[in-house]
Amino acid sequence: MAVPILKQGPYLIATIQSALTDADLVQLRDALVGKVGSYRSSGVIVDVTALDVLDSFASRTLRDLAHMIRLRGAETVIVGIQPEVAFTMVRLGLTLEGVATALELEEGLFYLAQKLHSARQEG
Amino acid sequence: MDDVRVPISSDVDLVRARERGRTLAGELGFQQGDLTLVATAISELARNIVRYARRGEIVLHPIEDGGVPGIVIIARDEGPGIIDVNRAMEQGYSTSGGLGMGLPGVRRIMDKFEIVSEIGRGTVVTVTKWKR
Repeated sequence: MAVPILKQGPYLIATIQSALTDADLVQLRDALVGKVGSYRSSGVIVDVTALDVLDSFASRTLRDLAHMIRLRGAETVIVGIQPEVAFTMVRLGLTLEGVATALELEEGLFYLAQKLHSARQEG
Repeated sequence: MDDVRVPISSDVDLVRARERGRTLAGELGFQQGDLTLVATAISELARNIVRYARRGEIVLHPIEDGGVPGIVIIARDEGPGIIDVNRAMEQGYSTSGGLGMGLPGVRRIMDKFEIVSEIGRGTVVTVTKWKR
């Protein structure tokens, strides 16, 4: 099932609605990496609130997604990792290293706004 | 309760298997956090089947010991088998370009872990999780 990607100002928001197959996740990664360019987005939010499992493949794909998007010049925030999912990930040794996370969509947007703001000040 | 058998041959089956596992563990009275552990373990085991053996099955078997329910997850394939089981159990070791988190991770989140692999015959991983 494809994940809808919403354009909101300078950001792309992908809200995962249900359990995803590996192929769906890879498709989401590739779509976002592409759309960041076509929409000239500065930030991406991936909302995983609906996911009840984030296993090694899903974690790696999300991490790759965030790193690829950073190489494209934009920032990614993963939002909505559920407490029991976070617990399981830590037990498995999956840490999403180098990837920004936020509690919910709102905090994710706030994080991106701050990033964009400080990038402008530096630039 | 009867065994649940889920044939595995694609990543779609993987999602189905972990949903069936979550449902069964839920019926056995597992708490929310443990449901996620069970579903995640099934996900890793089923992915190994698809990745290394292409097809196989996940069997979910309810058990009981002194009134405490548990779930046994059996991941069975007739794939190439694992040449070095000890290495496959090392964190970070992978022959498929994966993270090498699969099997050692599953062992950490389950109460009991057993693997039998025979070259050219296949692999059977059996894990158990008890209700807390």
